[in-house]
Amino acid sequence: MSLLDVRDLSVVFQRRGERPFTAVDKVSFTVEPGQTVGLVGESGCGKSVTSLAIMGLLPKRGNKVTGEVLFEGTDLLKLRPDDMRDRRGREISMIFQDPLSSLNPVIPIGIQVAEVLERHQGRDRKQALRESRELLDAVGIPDPQRRLTEYPHQISGGMRQRALIAIALACKPRLLIADEPTTALDVTIQAQILTLLKQLVDETGTALVMITHDLGVVAGLCDTVNVLYGGKVVERERRHELFAHARHPYTHGLLNSVPRLDSPRGERLHAIRGSVADNIPWVEGCAFAPRCDNVVDACLEGPPPLEPTATGGDLRCNNPVSEEVAVR
Amino acid sequence: MSDPTTQAGTPAPRSGDDKPRPGMSERSIGVLGDRKKARLDELARASAADRGGVSLVRDAARRLRRNPVAIIGAAIVGLFVLVAIFAPLIAPHDPVQRFDELTKNLTVDTIPGASGEFPLGSDPLGRDFLSRMIYGARQTLFVGVLATLIGLALGVLIGAIAGAFGGWVDVVLMRLTDVMLALPSLLLAITLVAMASRSSQWTVIFAVAIVSVPIFARLLRGSMLAQRESDHVLAARALGVKERNIVLRHMLPNSLTAVIVQATLTFAVAILDAAALSFLGLGDPDINRAEWGLMLGVDGQRYFEVRPELAYYPALAIIVVALGFTLLGEAMREAIDPKNRR
Repeated sequence: MSLLDVRDLSVVFQRRGERPFTAVDKVSFTVEPGQTVGLVGESGCGKSVTSLAIMGLLPKRGNKVTGEVLFEGTDLLKLRPDDMRDRRGREISMIFQDPLSSLNPVIPIGIQVAEVLERHQGRDRKQALRESRELLDAVGIPDPQRRLTEYPHQISGGMRQRALIAIALACKPRLLIADEPTTALDVTIQAQILTLLKQLVDETGTALVMITHDLGVVAGLCDTVNVLYGGKVVERERRHELFAHARHPYTHGLLNSVPRLDSPRGERLHAIRGSVADNIPWVEGCAFAPRCDNVVDACLEGPPPLEPTATGGDLRCNNPVSEEVAVR
Repeated sequence: MSDPTTQAGTPAPRSGDDKPRPGMSERSIGVLGDRKKARLDELARASAADRGGVSLVRDAARRLRRNPVAIIGAAIVGLFVLVAIFAPLIAPHDPVQRFDELTKNLTVDTIPGASGEFPLGSDPLGRDFLSRMIYGARQTLFVGVLATLIGLALGVLIGAIAGAFGGWVDVVLMRLTDVMLALPSLLLAITLVAMASRSSQWTVIFAVAIVSVPIFARLLRGSMLAQRESDHVLAARALGVKERNIVLRHMLPNSLTAVIVQATLTFAVAILDAAALSFLGLGDPDINRAEWGLMLGVDGQRYFEVRPELAYYPALAIIVVALGFTLLGEAMREAIDPKNRR
């Protein structure tokens, strides 16, 4: 049994007087224990909404979530709010993009770590603080004893993200969802945080769902990659396969638009034409068709199905990029 | 990820950048005098020290100290509070005692003026006017503090409930505050005092407090709603923090700043409202109580032709103290405004 089995997860935002907007459209993927899975796509492709839906953190009103989110066989979407609350932070944790705004500005770092332990592990304050110090030490925060009493604004961005990781991993959850954990950080700090995440999930056996738009992050970390476009999975592949032979024109375009050290001087960067449409009409065909170089007639007739590939992945495309012209 | 121009062995010529750059070469550092070098080191140390955690409070305090308006406001408020607290030590006489040497000179159209023993002269009942002014500060502080605190407590309670629950609870509470805001505050206060069976200083305090409740409630509710959408509240939810703790530990403490500043401003309004109620004869009926509004309204008005000082001094005291709190409050509001952060 997979640790996390997301089946046909859909999220439809419905506001009064407006047309419903499908942010996530029948997304399915699985995460095995200890595995690192990437959800990749550009802004608005539904990756953050997917993660919030799994956590049960979408607003109560104004949206409809359908499908199943099986966590060790239990459908999280059917749990009572109290039960789900007890699991959050203990069995499933999440870290967010902006480490400064994700920490409570008026509570010292140490207390913020300790409170999670008190909440889920029933520790008393003294013991929780002792464990907090060890946790801060484990995520590589120098002088953890002093940090216990410091406020978020007093420490650096990289340290804040380390503190958030310490909080998220305090109860040794089996699944960690990281929503663009390095986007708000300097490039040098990004690498440190990614290394730390990798080391921690390897040590603790925590499975990791990495949500990112940065293919560099995927390349360094993920076992399997799900590429999302317009709320649907368009390609799923093991990491090496994906980087060697991206077959969906969108993935291919993404990989091609990464600037490379060895590209000839003067060569222009590749770009994918156009931008994401506001309401993506999968019903009228492939949502990527207007921006696709490989578009064929079938693309405009209806959404192409997600079909298994020879390499063990899945692909939603009528006219995939052939392997000969795949990225260098 | 990498700028292609940095990959080349030699710097690529860039268009629009043909002037030689005025950057510091090794030589230009070398010719700096020792004094300048020391100054540079000092600046570097200062900026390094400065960056080590400038908290919002410390940053705001620093900006307050630099603001002359805040200094003036704080000086007035400080002096007022000192006078109020140490009134028995400062006042030359008992404020309720009627002195024979004053009463014997009282007639319909003469009230004894300043003399050595009574620096501001007598009030219409032969009591020491200066001592009554000093004790009036005490009464004003007492009414202002209590009215503001009661108003703050009720306002915070209503605002926090509305902000925490949202939905129909929010709608009902906010419409109630709208009704209260729709009435002019002094009119509402007068109505409340009139509704009380027997007026005392407590009816004044209560009326002034109630009038300030909707402002606190609205303000807090607004920041609570903003906090509810904040990242750290979402992060707290993601950790399974209970709803009660999200409200009490995350939303409320982060919403209080604006309300606390508003309290300083409300204090000024409370002083004015309380004085106005006394002036209109709706205050404490105790004739022995030294209260600026009462002194202005009864003695000052009735004997204005005889001794206008009886009106001038209480009026001036009310204005100056209200101004002091307003200046301090406005300066505080400016200081904590993130838009003013440098």
